[in-house]
Amino acid sequence: MRLLDVQNLTVSFAQHEGVVQAVRGMTLHVDAGESLGIVGESGSGKSVTCMAALRLLREPPARITADRLTLGGTDVLKARGADLARLRGRVAAMIFQDPMTAFDPSFTIGHQIVETILAHRPAAKSAVRTEAQALLTRVEIKNASAVLNSYPHQLSGGMLQRAMIAMALSCRPQILFADEPTTALDVTIQAQILQLIKEVQAEFGMGLVMVTHDLGVVAETVDRVLVMYGGKAMEQGPVQAIFDAPAHPYTRALLASIPGRTSGRQRLVEIRGASPNPANPPTGCPFHPRCALADARCAAEMPPFQSIGPGRDAACWRPQ
Amino acid sequence: MTLPALELRHVSKTYPLKTGGGFFPRYSDLHAVRDVSLILPQNKILGLVGESGSGKSTTGMMALRLIEPTSGTVLVGGTDITALDHAALKPFRRKLQVVFQDSYSALDPMMTLAQIVAEPLHIHAEGSPREQTEQALAWLDRVGLDRSYGSRYPHELSGGQRQRIAIARALILRPTVLVADEPTSALDVSVKAQIINLLQDLQAEMGLSILFISHDLSVVRSLTDTVAVMFNGRIVEQAATEAIFTDARHGYTRSLLDAIPALNPRDRRQRQFLTREQIEASTPRLAARDLAHPATPSDIPQLVAVAADHRVEAIVTP
Repeated sequence: MRLLDVQNLTVSFAQHEGVVQAVRGMTLHVDAGESLGIVGESGSGKSVTCMAALRLLREPPARITADRLTLGGTDVLKARGADLARLRGRVAAMIFQDPMTAFDPSFTIGHQIVETILAHRPAAKSAVRTEAQALLTRVEIKNASAVLNSYPHQLSGGMLQRAMIAMALSCRPQILFADEPTTALDVTIQAQILQLIKEVQAEFGMGLVMVTHDLGVVAETVDRVLVMYGGKAMEQGPVQAIFDAPAHPYTRALLASIPGRTSGRQRLVEIRGASPNPANPPTGCPFHPRCALADARCAAEMPPFQSIGPGRDAACWRPQ
Repeated sequence: MTLPALELRHVSKTYPLKTGGGFFPRYSDLHAVRDVSLILPQNKILGLVGESGSGKSTTGMMALRLIEPTSGTVLVGGTDITALDHAALKPFRRKLQVVFQDSYSALDPMMTLAQIVAEPLHIHAEGSPREQTEQALAWLDRVGLDRSYGSRYPHELSGGQRQRIAIARALILRPTVLVADEPTSALDVSVKAQIINLLQDLQAEMGLSILFISHDLSVVRSLTDTVAVMFNGRIVEQAATEAIFTDARHGYTRSLLDAIPALNPRDRRQRQFLTREQIEASTPRLAARDLAHPATPSDIPQLVAVAADHRVEAIVTP
C-alpha cells in the first residue's frame, strides 16, 4: 500500500524579493513498512518536501501544488480541520533535528506526551500516563517515571530525542518522518538513536522517511534513497545499488567526498562551486554549473526523472 | 631537536559548581579538564577528539589563553606564556590564531569582509591602511573567494564562504599555530570537503601547526597526523592517526570508532553500546614490563606509553 504518494509537488514561498522555489516538481512514494532516505544539502528542498506532505508550512507565504499528494490514502491538499489533525499524529508523525526547541519548555515531558495522546483519542488520564511511561521505557529511557516529571531543560539532547520518538510513536502512526534526527547529537548517541529508530520502525511496522545530509546515516538505516538537489529529484533507487553504482554525477560526487574512506592524510574529492540560489535557480539541470560532464543541453533543458533500471530513476542526460 | 609549536603541560581547569546552601551557597569543583599534556610539533596537525563535555574545546581555549588554566603551563615555541600579562602576551597572540565552529557569530555583521580580514593587521599595526586592505584582498583570493567580495557583508555569504573568511582572518598574521574548533561541523558535505582541502593546502604552504578539535572521526582521519582522544576531561589515548584507527587500546576510543556510520550499506551492523560506567570500568590493565617507558604500578589509572608514539590510560600492574 502507498502510505505516501507524491506526484509533481511544487512548493514556493512569496518573499519581498520575489518567489523562492524550494521544491520544483518532486515525485516520490513510500510503501508500508518501507524506509526511504531523502538526501540533500541545505536548501535542496528535502525538509520542505516533508513539511509540505504534513501541511506544516504556513500558507501563505508557502504555496503548495501537486498532481497528487496523499498520506495513508487521504488527499493532503484537500484535508481540512479534523481530517488534517487526524493525519498528523495518527497517520504520520514527525521528529525534528533539534529536540530542545521541539518540546514546549514550560510543560513536563509527561504532560506533553499525555496531551498528544488525548488529542487523538479519549481515555482516562491515569491510563494514558501509564502508557506514556511504557513508551519511554520502550525507547530505552531507564528512569521513565522520573523523566515523565522532568522538564525539557533537565534532559540531555539524546534523552530528549528519545522522548520525542516516544511521543511520535504514541498514536501508532503508519509513517514516521525523521528530519535530521541525529545531526545535533554526539556520534555515539547518534548511533544509538539510529539503531532505536530502525528497531521501532520494524516493531511498529511503520513506513519511514529519513531526511539527512549524511550519507553515513543513509547507509546505516534505509532501504531506498532519493537524492535531491536544487529542489529536484536527481536520483532514486535501492540503497545498495546507489552506493555500488551511482548513476547521477551529483550522487557520485557526494559519495566520493565522504571523508575518512581510506587511511592516511589526503586531499578529499570536493564539489567545486556552491549550491544554487533557490530565488534564482540555474536553467536546465540545477547541478550543471558544478558538473564535470555538463554540456549545452544540460544548461538549457532539465532532463526528465525517468527509469534507468529496475527500481531506479535518475534525472540526467548522461547517467552512468 | 626543534621545539614544539605548542605544548600543554599538566593543564587543568576547574569551575566552582554550586551544590546547594541557598543564601550561603556551597561549592564543589567541576573538573572540566584534568592534567592534560599535549605536544603539537611544528608543521603537523593534531586532532583532539571527544564528545560534548569531554573538555576538548576548553583545552583548545586554554592553549590560546582565552580561558585561563587553573594549573599547568602553556608553551608557545618553547616560551611559557601561562603567566604573561596582557601587554606581554600580545606578540604571542599573533602567533596563535583560532577558527570557530559558528562562522556566523564569529564575524562582525557591521563590517565588510575586507575590513574583517584586515582587522588583525590593524590591531597589530602592520602596514599602512592601504597595504592592509590590499593584503586582505589578496587573502580573499587565497582562500578561494573573488577579490570583489571585499565590499560585501557576512550575511551575503554561505556558511562555507564565511568559514573561508574566518580562515583568512586567522592566517593573515602568518601565525605558527592555528586552533580550529569544529570548523567544518556546521557545513554541508560537499562544502566540508572544500574547507578541509583548503586547510590542508594552507597548512602545507605556510608550514602551519594546527590543533584540530572535532567530534567527526572521519574528518580527523583524512586531515590529521596524530590524534588525542578526550573523555571526562582527560586524555585517554594518544597516537599517530592510523594507529588510533587500526590499533585503539582504550574502551572509549573503541566505542567512538564503533559509532562511526557505515560507509556502505553492506557494512551495517548491530552495535553494543557501553555506558560511561562500563567505559570507566574497562580501563586496560597493563604489566609494567610491557610498557615502552617505565611507569610505577598503581591502582589509579595513568597515561602510559605502550609504544614510542602511543599513549593510553591504563592501570599499571607489577
